[in-house]
Amino acid sequence: MAEFVNLFHGFATVLAFQDVNVFGMQMYLPFNVFIMVVGIVLGVIIGVLPGLGGANGVAILLPLTFSMQPTSAIILLSCIYWGALFGGAITSILFNIPGEPWSVATTFDGYPMAQQGRAGEALTAAFTSSFIGAFFAVVMITLLAPLVAAFALRFGAAEKFAVYFLAFASFIGLSKEPPFKTLAAMLIGFALATFGTDHMTGSLRLTFGSELLIPGFDFLIAVIGLFGIGEILLTMEEGLKFKGKEAKINLRIVLDTWKKLPQYWWTYLRSCIIGCWMGITPAGATPASFMSYGIAKRVSKNGKNFGNGEIEGVIAPETAAHAAGKAALLPMLALGVPGSPTAAVLLGGLLIWNLQPGPMLFIENKEFVWGLIASMYLGNVVGLIIVLTCVPMLAAILRIPFGIIAPVILMFCAVGAYTVRNSFFDVVMMLVFGILGYVLKKTNYPLAPLVLAMVLGDRAEEAFRQALVGSSGSMGVFFSNALVSSIMALGFIALFWSVISAAISRIRGVPATAS
Amino acid sequence: MIQSKRNSLLVAAAAVGVALSGTPAAAQWEPQRTVEIIVPAGTGGGADQMARAIQGIVAKHNLMKQSMIVVNKAGGAGSEGFLDVKGSAGNPHKLIITLSNLFTTPLGTNQNFSYKDFTPVAMLALDEFVLWVNSEKPYKNVKEFLEAAKKGGFKMAGTGSRQEDQIITAAIEKAAGVKFIYTPYRGGGEVAVQLVGNHADATVNNPIEAVAHWRGGKLRPLCVFDGKPLPYNEKIAGDLAWSSIPTCKSQGLDVEYLMLRGFFMSPGATPEQVKFYVDLFQKVRATPEWKDLMNNGAFNTTFMTGKEYVEWVSREHTRHLNLMKEAGFLSTN
Repeated sequence: MAEFVNLFHGFATVLAFQDVNVFGMQMYLPFNVFIMVVGIVLGVIIGVLPGLGGANGVAILLPLTFSMQPTSAIILLSCIYWGALFGGAITSILFNIPGEPWSVATTFDGYPMAQQGRAGEALTAAFTSSFIGAFFAVVMITLLAPLVAAFALRFGAAEKFAVYFLAFASFIGLSKEPPFKTLAAMLIGFALATFGTDHMTGSLRLTFGSELLIPGFDFLIAVIGLFGIGEILLTMEEGLKFKGKEAKINLRIVLDTWKKLPQYWWTYLRSCIIGCWMGITPAGATPASFMSYGIAKRVSKNGKNFGNGEIEGVIAPETAAHAAGKAALLPMLALGVPGSPTAAVLLGGLLIWNLQPGPMLFIENKEFVWGLIASMYLGNVVGLIIVLTCVPMLAAILRIPFGIIAPVILMFCAVGAYTVRNSFFDVVMMLVFGILGYVLKKTNYPLAPLVLAMVLGDRAEEAFRQALVGSSGSMGVFFSNALVSSIMALGFIALFWSVISAAISRIRGVPATAS
Repeated sequence: MIQSKRNSLLVAAAAVGVALSGTPAAAQWEPQRTVEIIVPAGTGGGADQMARAIQGIVAKHNLMKQSMIVVNKAGGAGSEGFLDVKGSAGNPHKLIITLSNLFTTPLGTNQNFSYKDFTPVAMLALDEFVLWVNSEKPYKNVKEFLEAAKKGGFKMAGTGSRQEDQIITAAIEKAAGVKFIYTPYRGGGEVAVQLVGNHADATVNNPIEAVAHWRGGKLRPLCVFDGKPLPYNEKIAGDLAWSSIPTCKSQGLDVEYLMLRGFFMSPGATPEQVKFYVDLFQKVRATPEWKDLMNNGAFNTTFMTGKEYVEWVSREHTRHLNLMKEAGFLSTN
């Protein structure tokens, strides 16, 4: 097993003691481990601040790493990335504000749990699930790197569209609201995704002659507004009642939660596979989290309770998001195609360190590649320990009265929205989305399909049109080979299964709508 | 000119004094705050890589006292970035790195900016284009490829729409009397992988975008769209070096295209400010990291400033106008 030999060399690289100069003091310590801790802590902070995001954080810190060894530098940057993945869950659960796009699905059950005083439990479940998802993906990378890279090559435009189609289809049955409301919300999302540049022709759409609309609506602005601001408006209407103050704040909560987790092994395994697959194809962590949540809701025996604080509703999206986040690095290293925006920035870093990503990297820069993979194992363990010890502290934030915390959240939202593109227009749009979110919630339209359509809408459109350009307009391209046909078939089964099951439950007189 | 730390502090103090008093001074101009490099394209592309490499080199070698940040503004085929810089007249802390969309975006989408709106600083390099095919395919040279392509239905994958890749495709079609199905993707890396995965029949990727797959034996270069072969003799794939790739013209395909990798400032920058950045880029060019970057990407290292650069840019604008007119890519509204 050459992989294992390589991996142990990698561990040796990471754990090696070096003479280093830290803050002017000459020290002899495992520098890479030190860097790992710094990276994770920074990453968690970056993940907590909405809008800053892993990609921006890594981009800002990239120049700092040029004086380091490439292996140390990539460990620092990738640990920031892992940290941001962990951190994104914190604000989702505590304040219903997803710090990162992939933690949107975590809010669906995480926030209700926090409101019921189970914030510690939700955080523990989220962090542990992140760890398991990530660990699964790293093991897969270790064992299957060459195979997986070859598989990723089979994804052309038609195959990519099929994956997006499957994501939409498997999500449609998720909503507890009437199907037409789900569809309406999804269509609003698609409409919002069409603003700005048409990537296929380079022309502008729906900008109404305004320069402000050229980049389109950033997904993060919409999410911060719809969820964060919308939630604050709702809480204000309910008379500033504060719901989370019963949060328990001791470390026992971690152990108590851990006792519950093993019974969800099937959810874990399924979410890991969904995550790895979406990370490689490369659709990324955000659709992976949505898809995993949607499927978990469909197949779980507690499916009806999803959305009301079901721990499985936190486990599924977090596991898948992290499996995808890690798996996304594989196409970058093996093919030079980043599976996520953060991976794209890391790719820029590789080139500056004179490392050419691609099939030869695994052969010519073994020490670097396996050092990175080893740091994924260790970084995960270090990350889990760091965030778990913070659980009681984080849960205690909820004891602060709403009158104090609400303005702080509002400020963070505004800063986050501004940071995305350094544009004040985005802050205004965030407030508009906040009002939209409030109205949709009051009228019982689900937000999740809207968000999903907004994230994947333009990507799906692009893949659809690329495939059709290539086939000169023939729809047959979506059934032209075994791979794309089977993904499309799965999508149709998921789509019509929900229609059929809704019809059956209506015939039986069981209301399909619960809330 | 930065000498020792103490001297540069004095210079900074002097510069602040000058800025406050507002008098045109003999003292050299220097940035007073963080310098922003706008990239009118997405992360991971050629322009982005170069901007981030410069940012790294400036930080590592301490070439400037203020820090430098890279901001991607890719919306509207880059118009987001160009309009931002156009709207920052008199702000000497904003530069934009250009690619061919400086010409193609205003021509193709009728956006309200032109190369004349910006203050030219320097051309740092020209990016080459190479005709690539999958190495499993039987055609070994341009002639065989074009003969196969004449049967029709060949797919050309490229970056963006009505931009350099599609312009070159249209030029090949015209020169060789063939027809391709052009499919736009978002970035060069994605385009190269489409070719490796056999989802396209050819690409005109920049060297840096496809080199990894060439070395991995997955792609085969047929010709380079430059007037002369590339000057890099270092062996890259087996016995082949960049210099082994023949020019397209020598293979009977008379198409030449090079892409600008240069810098502009916001409108109304003073000659002192331009001089500061020209000097800065000269220092960047002297570093070993820059030479590595040029080597890896097989760049054409032509450096131009001042009048020469302006004339080059204006010639290139006319050329794009003609190329796009012939291909029918001009904006109709």
